[in-house]
Amino acid sequence: MDSNTSGHADPYGVYVATWGALMALTALTFGIALLDLKHVTVLAALLIAAVKGSLVLFYFMHVRHERPLFLYMFLAVGITYAVFIGLTFVDYWSR
Amino acid sequence: MTESQATMTAEPVHAADHVDHYDPLGAKIGMWLFLFTEVLLFGAMFIAFAVYLRQYRIEFMGGSRELDRYLGLLNTAVLLTSSLTMAFAVAAMARGQTRRAIGALAATLLFGAVFLVVKAREWGYKFSHGIYPQSETMLDRPVGEQVFYGLYFAMTGLHALHVIIGMAIIVSAAALILRRRIRPDRHIYLENTGLYWHLVDIIWIFLFPLFYLIG
Repeated sequence: MDSNTSGHADPYGVYVATWGALMALTALTFGIALLDLKHVTVLAALLIAAVKGSLVLFYFMHVRHERPLFLYMFLAVGITYAVFIGLTFVDYWSR
Repeated sequence: MTESQATMTAEPVHAADHVDHYDPLGAKIGMWLFLFTEVLLFGAMFIAFAVYLRQYRIEFMGGSRELDRYLGLLNTAVLLTSSLTMAFAVAAMARGQTRRAIGALAATLLFGAVFLVVKAREWGYKFSHGIYPQSETMLDRPVGEQVFYGLYFAMTGLHALHVIIGMAIIVSAAALILRRRIRPDRHIYLENTGLYWHLVDIIWIFLFPLFYLIG
């Protein structure tokens, strides 16, 4: 596959396995919510959502096959967003 | 002399008209840059959610308990499965399995439609109980619940709009495949369609637990 064709077709099984993991993690989030752990619920939900989002990014969206440029772009967006979050909470917590 | 010079200079210009401008890497980078703006658009709303969750914890938990978490769970499963069929469509196209790609796109459209129907029923149920922004019922409730439902309708509404747009793009991709404008050796349009659909899925992955499961 030459460098300027962008197709990264994985075996279908890879996508099915990714989907299976996503469904299992959804069940896990739901189960944790049913346990009613109060403060842990939101934290657990965000952590599991982050794992699920990463699975979609790396497997469905093929980021694991992309050149480093894409990781640098994600880093730039991540840092920008972290700055937004940081500034917002510094503002609210200092009131 | 001048005539032949004119021909010589005209020749490459004419040839340049037929240069293949297909640039999948450039197209994909452009798509990602657009997706980043989407991430920051929803990201700002998630920050608003976080700030108000901290401020109105009790009211947010109460609002969350009022949502039907089983319908939320159903829609999560539906959207995750639609992402699977979308990934199938791109992989099938890359392998030259055009019919399979069209079938997978049709399945993705079906799941997208199921998601929207479930979402519409949820909203309709809330509306029938007088729960919508600025309704009399809503204005009688605590401010924290008004904020919760304001964010709920704004964020799930913007997300549903993205599902509708995604479905329109999928229809256009299917049409381009049928007209052989998207082919196995040049299917970046379909790949970018997939990227959009998967991003909409990722946004729902965060929306679902934050709205439905914090009660």
